[in-house]
Amino acid sequence: MSGTGAPLLSLRGVRKSFGGTRRRGARGGVAHLVLDGVDLDLAPHSCTVLVGASGSGKSTLLRVVDLLEDVDDGQILLDGVDVADPWVDADAVRARLALVFQQYNLFPHLRVMDNLTLAPRVVHGRPRDEAEAAAEAMLAKVGLAHKARAYPDQLSGGEQQRVAIARALVGDPEVLLLDEVTSALDPALVGEVLDLLLDLRTEGTTMLVATHEMGFARDVADEVVFLHEGRVHERGTPAQVLDDPQRAATREFLRRLHR
Amino acid sequence: MSETEPSERARARTAFRRAQHRRALLVAGVATAIVLALVAWVVTTAPGWDRAREAFFSPERAVEVLPEVAAGLWLNLRVWLVASVVGLVLGLLLAVVRTSRIPALFPLRMLAIAYVDVFRGVPLLLTLLLVGFGLPALRLTWLPVSAAFLGGLAIVLTYTAYLAEIFRAGIESVHPSQVAAARSLGLSRGRAVRHVVLPQAVRNVTAPVASMLVSLQKDSGLISILGAVDAIRAAQIATTGDYNFTPYVVAGLLFLLISIPLTRLVDAWSARHGWRGGLSTVSGAGGLR
Repeated sequence: MSGTGAPLLSLRGVRKSFGGTRRRGARGGVAHLVLDGVDLDLAPHSCTVLVGASGSGKSTLLRVVDLLEDVDDGQILLDGVDVADPWVDADAVRARLALVFQQYNLFPHLRVMDNLTLAPRVVHGRPRDEAEAAAEAMLAKVGLAHKARAYPDQLSGGEQQRVAIARALVGDPEVLLLDEVTSALDPALVGEVLDLLLDLRTEGTTMLVATHEMGFARDVADEVVFLHEGRVHERGTPAQVLDDPQRAATREFLRRLHR
Repeated sequence: MSETEPSERARARTAFRRAQHRRALLVAGVATAIVLALVAWVVTTAPGWDRAREAFFSPERAVEVLPEVAAGLWLNLRVWLVASVVGLVLGLLLAVVRTSRIPALFPLRMLAIAYVDVFRGVPLLLTLLLVGFGLPALRLTWLPVSAAFLGGLAIVLTYTAYLAEIFRAGIESVHPSQVAAARSLGLSRGRAVRHVVLPQAVRNVTAPVASMLVSLQKDSGLISILGAVDAIRAAQIATTGDYNFTPYVVAGLLFLLISIPLTRLVDAWSARHGWRGGLSTVSGAGGLR
């Protein structure tokens, strides 16, 4: 299951700060440094799990990779091309990746089916019947084929998140980015989403995952990366980082989590 | 399936609630009767009641003038329909221009802001007079100078500004995470606007937009000051000579006949589409004890 070969996605010295003096009137004061030189390599069919306290930069890292935020410095290499360059077509890059959000962010005015087919039809120009056939297959995969005609607010949180994952997968992304996708869910609903992600992992989907579910991290990760104060503080296999952490901050984080 | 017999306790509660409900109905009924009786008493014992009844509520006169007033209302309806469609399209366009950040649209954006500031700030009556009497003074041969056209134009100018502001509020009510989700799927800025932002923005402001359109329907009567023979003007013509004001009442009833069903229709439409939201009573959930 471990990834081999050239990395599909690499981060080199990625820095990102919010606020500061760049925008006049915006809170003022000094910039808040969220990512302070992050390096990362993600091989095809591998899975890297980001762990760290709230505010350690996990979400920002995923948003930066999906080009929803511009970096201040550093490189984001997708297949060797630096997509952080502003002259790269960001829409095309985003269409190759998929980000699933903590709060699902389904489109409330569209039925489940149309949530799934919007991007294939509008971005990839697929005919409606073809897009719907693919969406139906994907809904069946996440166990929600019977909800195709429902609106998002008629679904439970777990169902909404599974639809969001299906919507992300239906475009056949090269990397699936998952941003604490179970954090907003009832404990009873976390299982159904994690089971789905385990299946995807078995199929070899390339994933970059931010999560607080350490059991899940242990099951799926080829590499666990512990982010602390915007830096990679410790990295290694799940066994190395989660069971035998070398650094004080990692130990402290895990101790708090297990308490 | 076994029907569970309600317990003694549940039956007592149901009986209590029924009693409360009956009491509420009784209070509502008595209150209504008292108010109606009071109004009737004040009106009918007024010194001028007999003459007022003759001057405002003469059934014979009402039947007489109904065809003319109704014919005038037909003009109001046409002005309303055209002004609504044009106002909605231009208002939405203006709102999009104003909230877009495309550099090429910068001059248009400034123009949109100035336009909304001016036409929202000037009373409709003044706009009507300026357009109605000012434009013909320019003697532009290609410009229609009928009172109905100029009046309609003035109404469109004003209502476009109002509608643009409502649509702008709708656009701003869509959460940024919706745009993030759309862009993350590869939708360009324009496609995200068209497929994700605008549909939600428009739905979020359906109620205020509809109330604006109802208001436009009755303001279409203002074109009468330019001399267009609409329902109000027709009623005015009918009152000259005999000082019987029943035609005004007839015109008022006809306007209500349009606007009340219209409002109900919009309420029903938004309820059916599941975009009710909000509170239906000021104190929140009606069933909460």
